[in-house]
Amino acid sequence: MTTGAQTNNLLEVNHLSVDYLAANGTVHAVNDVSFTLARGEILGLAGESGCGKSTMAYAISRLLRPPAYITGGEVLYYPPQRDETMQKVSRRGTVKRVPGEPIDVLKLSAAELRAFRWNEMSIVFQSAMNSLNPVLSVGAQIMDVLQTHRPELGADGRKKRAIDLLNLVGIASDRLNSYPHELSGGMRQRAVIAIALALNPELIIMDEPTTALDVVVQREILQLISALCREFSTALIFITHDLSLLLELADHIAIMYAGKIVEKASSKDIYEHPRHPYSYGLLNSFPRLHGPLRKMVGIPGSPPDLRAVPPGCAFNPRCPLAFNSCQTVIPTLQSAVSDVPGQVTACHLYDVRMSESGPPTTAEIAQGYEALAERSNA
Amino acid sequence: MDVLNRSETPPHSDRAVQPVLEAEHLRKDFPLRQFRLAGPPPAVHAVDDTSLALYPGRALALVGESGSGKTTVARILARLYDPTSGTLRFRGNPVKLAGGAALREYRRHVQLVFQDPFSSLNPVHNVRYHLSRPLRIYNHVRNTATETEQILSLLNRVSLTPAEQFIQKYPHQLSGGQRQRIAIARALAVQPEILLADEPVSMLDVSIRLDILNLLLKLKDEEQLAVLFITHDIASARYFAEDTVVMYAGQMVEGGSSEEITQRPKHPYTQLLLSAAPDPDRVKVGQLATVPERGEIPSLINPPTGCRFHPRCPHVMPVCRERFPKKTDLGGGHWTNCFLYGDGGENKTGDKVAEKSS
Repeated sequence: MTTGAQTNNLLEVNHLSVDYLAANGTVHAVNDVSFTLARGEILGLAGESGCGKSTMAYAISRLLRPPAYITGGEVLYYPPQRDETMQKVSRRGTVKRVPGEPIDVLKLSAAELRAFRWNEMSIVFQSAMNSLNPVLSVGAQIMDVLQTHRPELGADGRKKRAIDLLNLVGIASDRLNSYPHELSGGMRQRAVIAIALALNPELIIMDEPTTALDVVVQREILQLISALCREFSTALIFITHDLSLLLELADHIAIMYAGKIVEKASSKDIYEHPRHPYSYGLLNSFPRLHGPLRKMVGIPGSPPDLRAVPPGCAFNPRCPLAFNSCQTVIPTLQSAVSDVPGQVTACHLYDVRMSESGPPTTAEIAQGYEALAERSNA
Repeated sequence: MDVLNRSETPPHSDRAVQPVLEAEHLRKDFPLRQFRLAGPPPAVHAVDDTSLALYPGRALALVGESGSGKTTVARILARLYDPTSGTLRFRGNPVKLAGGAALREYRRHVQLVFQDPFSSLNPVHNVRYHLSRPLRIYNHVRNTATETEQILSLLNRVSLTPAEQFIQKYPHQLSGGQRQRIAIARALAVQPEILLADEPVSMLDVSIRLDILNLLLKLKDEEQLAVLFITHDIASARYFAEDTVVMYAGQMVEGGSSEEITQRPKHPYTQLLLSAAPDPDRVKVGQLATVPERGEIPSLINPPTGCRFHPRCPHVMPVCRERFPKKTDLGGGHWTNCFLYGDGGENKTGDKVAEKSS
């Protein structure tokens, strides 16, 4: 891993682990996850429910509460060169920083965290219905953010900025005094995005922002998110279980399974040649609109209990191509094929020392799934 | 992997196959408890002039956004609501809309699977209880031994194996996919001819969805069930159903074989739905497909006059505001209600007859 000062990195997550302490066993929700995020990059995070993708996002933003504990790792944030904003809000605490040096988000004090959140990183939660306060108007909720973090703006300045933000996300400014129940689901989600954008953060984390919305509205919100991120070159971590959305929206996609990232690559590489058998399964578990109509087979079985993850590769009980080493050795992320250096996967099939047959092609993974489906039908 | 074998011939060309359930000119208004001095009492006009037919061994998909009235149609067909007007015909005979015994007799043939498996199962009852009630009520079993036997066979049919382990479980011990399988098994316990599936997979994880869809496909073929499949995902409609009907704001706008609808959509709303659906095959990966922003489904208390899609339609004409177009036959079982392709009658070429006008 390179240092972020020279490169264009915004966020570096190193060996992050999160456990939920429960009476009947510790749930290892996030297990030794590392990745980097460049400035202005859109990273998609996909996986089934319970694979730890939301927990990881909350860990990065320090939102986890007991019984969840971050048990290890670091989240390094490389602040941008513009540094005045932090000094201005001294009343609310500042983050002590040396220019060019990263901040470890996990070590920030409460006051530093207050200054860090929303100035540098904001978050959009899953359900827009629940993340807005029903007894405050939308305008009041936007101005609330500004009042806390930009007290020097004044009432008029706040109102002007709130109107600007609403226009930015495509809501007419006369909606400033509307209450959440007066807005449709799509408009509410737009309002939440406006709040997230209020302080021009460097990074936005979105946790399934479009799941509850209709297809047409979902498409409009995606368009909006994509346009805004490009305009302000904001980095985005977009969490969803719908891989088909990410293929269009994201620059890079990380696929999580049982608390680990099993594959990370550019959208194009994931779409054209998924390497990990789980990625292939996810990619082929939704019906297509075009092409021949074929009987499709999903991934057999269900995700493992995170209290007792299978030994070796956590995916091995469901994997069509599992072999002996998969049950004993935990795979690590490594470059899958030498001609695509950006595509890393945690799978023994691509490790020459483990697999005798050499890396499988996409067609071979497909055959594996078909054989597995036939066996289960028989 | 075998290509899905499905007969592409529309059933109505084949006189031998009779629809098992027909609905004609269904209409449903939900009255609002509001006082109005003049004019008719206010109501939500949820479904307006909807006709459809279900055939044994075939699935009909009802596609539309939320608020398009597709769930209301399913609930009318399940007789959870009575239609404001319109007729239901079961095997050619009109369905009596009154009486508890008649209702029970009807539900012996028509069963509903709900959207949300987390709220459609009673948390205080176990799997055995959920599956034994329909068996007992419809007199399929008379003693405990046959009841257990039937429940085990039901669990096997929905691929919950080993069945002996599931019979004593409570809903909270099951995952979303397993719960939905129990809900399907409960519907099958009655031995119905018709299964109404109201978004059976939309609450489930992507990887589980395909399993449930394949299970329903298998049951449809094995038991010659007539299935009404309600969904907002037009790609799964294509995968699951032979025929598709698209609804918008309570009106049916286009129908035909699923392949026709998804590959050659005619109505502007169907085209909008298709362009909004996530589809990595169509667009270049990494580039977002865009749709023009045209607002959302209108309020159904005072719906737009004429064709309810006209405020969002890119091809709107003056006549669209005045009245709803008649059904135009586009050939091969494909039809649409849109003035672009004519107003009633036939237009076998599927060409636009009307030109854009301001």
